Amino acid sequence: MNLFEFENVITDFKPVLGLEVHVELNTKTKVFCSCPTNFGASPNTNVCPTCLGLPGSLPVLNEKAIESIIKIGLALNCQIAPWSRMARKNYFYPDMPKDYQISQYDEPICFDGFLDVLVPNGDDSSKIRIGIERVHLEEDTGKLTHAGGFTGRIHGADYSLVDYNRAGIPLVEIVTKIIPDTGELAPEVAKAYVATLRDLIRNLGVSDVRMEEGSLRCDVNVSLMPIESNQLGTRTETKNVNSLRSVERAVRFEMQRQAALLKAGERVKQETRHFHENDGSTSPGRSKEQAEEYRYFPEPDLLPIAPDSKWIEQLRSELPETPTAKRERLKQAWQITDFEMLAVVNAGALDLIEATVELGTDPSAARKWWLGKITRIANERGVELEQIDITPAQVAEIDQLVATGALNDKLARQVISSVIAGEGSPGEIVQKQGLAVVSDDSALLDAIKEAIVAMPEVVSKIQDGKLQASGALIGAVMKATGGKADAAKVRKLLFDYLGVSQD
Amino acid sequence: MTELTRMTAVDLAAGIKKKEFSAVDVAKAHFDQIAAVDKKLNAFLFIDEDGAMAQAANVDKKLASGEFLGPLAGVPVAVKDIFTQKDIPTTCGSRILENWRPPYDSTVVSRMKNADMVLLGKVNMDEFAMGSSTETSAYGPTTNPWDTSRIPGGSSGGSSAAVAGFLAPLAVGTDTGGSIRQPAAVTGTVGVKPTYGGISRYGIVALASSLDQAGPFARTVLDAALLHQAIAGYDPLDSTSINQPIPDFVAAAKHKDIAGMKLGIVKEFAGEGYQAGVLNRFNEAVAILRNLGAEIVELSCPSFTYALAAYYLIQPSECSSNLARFDGMRYGLRVDDGDSSVEQVMAATRAAGFGPEVKRRIIIGTYALSSGYYDAYYGSAQKVRRLIADDFNAAFSQVDALISPTSPITAFKIGEKLNDPMAMYLNDICTIPVNLAGVGGMSVPIGLADEDNLPAGMQIMAPVMCDDRMYRVAGALESALVSSWGGLLLDKAPRL
Repeated sequence: MNLFEFENVITDFKPVLGLEVHVELNTKTKVFCSCPTNFGASPNTNVCPTCLGLPGSLPVLNEKAIESIIKIGLALNCQIAPWSRMARKNYFYPDMPKDYQISQYDEPICFDGFLDVLVPNGDDSSKIRIGIERVHLEEDTGKLTHAGGFTGRIHGADYSLVDYNRAGIPLVEIVTKIIPDTGELAPEVAKAYVATLRDLIRNLGVSDVRMEEGSLRCDVNVSLMPIESNQLGTRTETKNVNSLRSVERAVRFEMQRQAALLKAGERVKQETRHFHENDGSTSPGRSKEQAEEYRYFPEPDLLPIAPDSKWIEQLRSELPETPTAKRERLKQAWQITDFEMLAVVNAGALDLIEATVELGTDPSAARKWWLGKITRIANERGVELEQIDITPAQVAEIDQLVATGALNDKLARQVISSVIAGEGSPGEIVQKQGLAVVSDDSALLDAIKEAIVAMPEVVSKIQDGKLQASGALIGAVMKATGGKADAAKVRKLLFDYLGVSQD
Repeated sequence: MTELTRMTAVDLAAGIKKKEFSAVDVAKAHFDQIAAVDKKLNAFLFIDEDGAMAQAANVDKKLASGEFLGPLAGVPVAVKDIFTQKDIPTTCGSRILENWRPPYDSTVVSRMKNADMVLLGKVNMDEFAMGSSTETSAYGPTTNPWDTSRIPGGSSGGSSAAVAGFLAPLAVGTDTGGSIRQPAAVTGTVGVKPTYGGISRYGIVALASSLDQAGPFARTVLDAALLHQAIAGYDPLDSTSINQPIPDFVAAAKHKDIAGMKLGIVKEFAGEGYQAGVLNRFNEAVAILRNLGAEIVELSCPSFTYALAAYYLIQPSECSSNLARFDGMRYGLRVDDGDSSVEQVMAATRAAGFGPEVKRRIIIGTYALSSGYYDAYYGSAQKVRRLIADDFNAAFSQVDALISPTSPITAFKIGEKLNDPMAMYLNDICTIPVNLAGVGGMSVPIGLADEDNLPAGMQIMAPVMCDDRMYRVAGALESALVSSWGGLLLDKAPRL
């Protein structure tokens, strides 16, 4: 497949994005029945007549799901419809027990909102406002497993198994308005939008938003228009892009692929595409060149949804601080730049640093530990920062040891590694491994005297006023104590011993 | 003593309580009657003799130990094969559900079980309740006990035939456009389509969700009221069921005094297509109501003219979606040669499993919901529906209840209209507006038509959640008619 150089795509084309994100709500029961929603149960055990769509069964709407979607809508600055209806989306597929999905059509519960996201832009960052078209409620389908065949898809499979545990889990679909004019930032914008949305929903406590478990799934729409044109191009919809990095890669790949087609005088086909994690490419799915025929009509088994305006206002007043507001507040409190804040957010360290600071740690120190050693370990392991086994309380304890001079930075990093390795609490580790800074003056003085004897020429330089030469002596003392000395203290003792003023 | 099978539910329940006979005796008598005559009627699709005899024995045991028993304890009932009953076959009269045994009880079934009623088995119906004659059942037509060459009405024809043929004193059916009232009218029985939302739809295989409503069949108005009372009321499992206290139907049926009530005759329910003998009986019944002190007025509901057209868009539209799930993947029939794609298996299963009337409506509904046609068909039909409801509201602001013939004609010959859908659909011309508006409707026997000596019925219609008014009118009318006949109309039916 031909790909166009990304830099050249931007010179010739303007990318237009659209993102559809599906979020599984973490309600205790399903959206239309009282079956449990826990992930990982044995296949077809979390089912009943209603979520199996047995003849005669009827749906009853879960009030908690309505509450959750209204919270999401409010957090996304949406209007909340005073009256809306569920609708049936009719199509045949074996993962759908009723062969129609109860969803919403032209009457979504929430509509017309926005979400501000920050993206890195050179050495600075840009704030971009993403318009939200609609937020609606629907039921999830069952899960198909295709056995045999080569593709893992239904065509060519020997047989397929269906697990309806997932059928009827409440899903919220969040659809952006078209996102124009992002230029070369397009891949980053897409990623930042999903990341910000994920943080916002997690913050609301209405979903686990775990991309790896499928509780947040993203479809990425991309089209290109020639740089001189304002005519929207043909879009493709890359389905189920299931990590933040993949969102960015999928956008980048589609931009490059579509540009290559357009440059060669070919046309982009309107279709869904599959994303491949291994090489970041996409491949054709089903054609969308013919209008889809879902025969939507209002769901007659359910009453219209007419939330009381007092209830909506109550939910609004109870909303937690938005991630954007929180970033702004912490940026001020910690006295850092937008760019530095972006590094914190991109590392997934905001909440962790905040918690550490709340335990009394200096903000810059907290940032240093989380973005330094701990982030490096997370990167080496290829996991999210929050999955690393060290708590803000442990980091705060380590920092306290540094502040009191019991540890220096180097030793502190060693303690961090040991905590993460599960060797105990910071205090225990310092104890067990004898890592504490040597603060016994006489022991240090002995080491200083040894160094002076070994390097008389350095002592002369210092006495001649070349104070910077003291580094060699201090280095020797640090070496002799196995790095467990506080360098500032060694320096003070050295100058005192030599009777030289430090100034 | 009267034969047990010819007794009313009220008398059976009383006799059981007084230990004049046992619930087991009653059940046994009905199974004997079924064994003797159902080959002529084909009302029952499944006879649950073991289950029913156990239920009856349990009633006798409870009685012996002095436990409280409800007003219908030990009374047998026939169940239309559209209600799920745990572990009992539920076919909806279709091949596609042959041998399907649901794992759960419908709310109507569980309420009848809780009332200690004895569920005899499942009775025949038009396939998925689509029809007015029970001829579209995949399991053969049911016949009319008055004349076994004729239809018992439909779609609840098994229910009407079972009650009229003395196979069961009571039955439950469902009514989407007239499927309880028309069969009741053509068999000389009482049938009630309650206010939409008055009885839970949970466990009723859906034809058209916004129109379907369950209701009772009986030989008397009071029996119908008792069964209605037992199965009515809010159900949290059905979002469309109404969360309000249920009126006292039994008291209304016993009231018998209609002096001062204002009843309206709808002008649009007359004219071409109405059998003269049916109109004669209707007019005589109106005269009786007037004699009983009711004020009769004529009024117009102009939108009713469009009811049939609107109905045959809304009902097939909902049905096309409701019947999608019968795809051979999870239950019921599956036609699979082992070498077909999932789409081919679904298509083959539906081609083999559905009959022609079901296919006709699925195709009509699929078309009506398609984008580009939705506004013209489904959208317009919903507007007509609103207008019909407005007409009812306007009428009920002037009168307490409306009356009309139930069906414009008496029972026709089996096969006579099967290949003429429009003629078949016209049977429901008087009953359809009631479903579209969600109000209550009831049919009571008013005598035999002059031309053919077959039963005719009067439809009584009342506002939402005022179904007790229908019982009040029907109870008074029945009382007067039974005195003049010297017994129930059904007593005039030939013995099978």
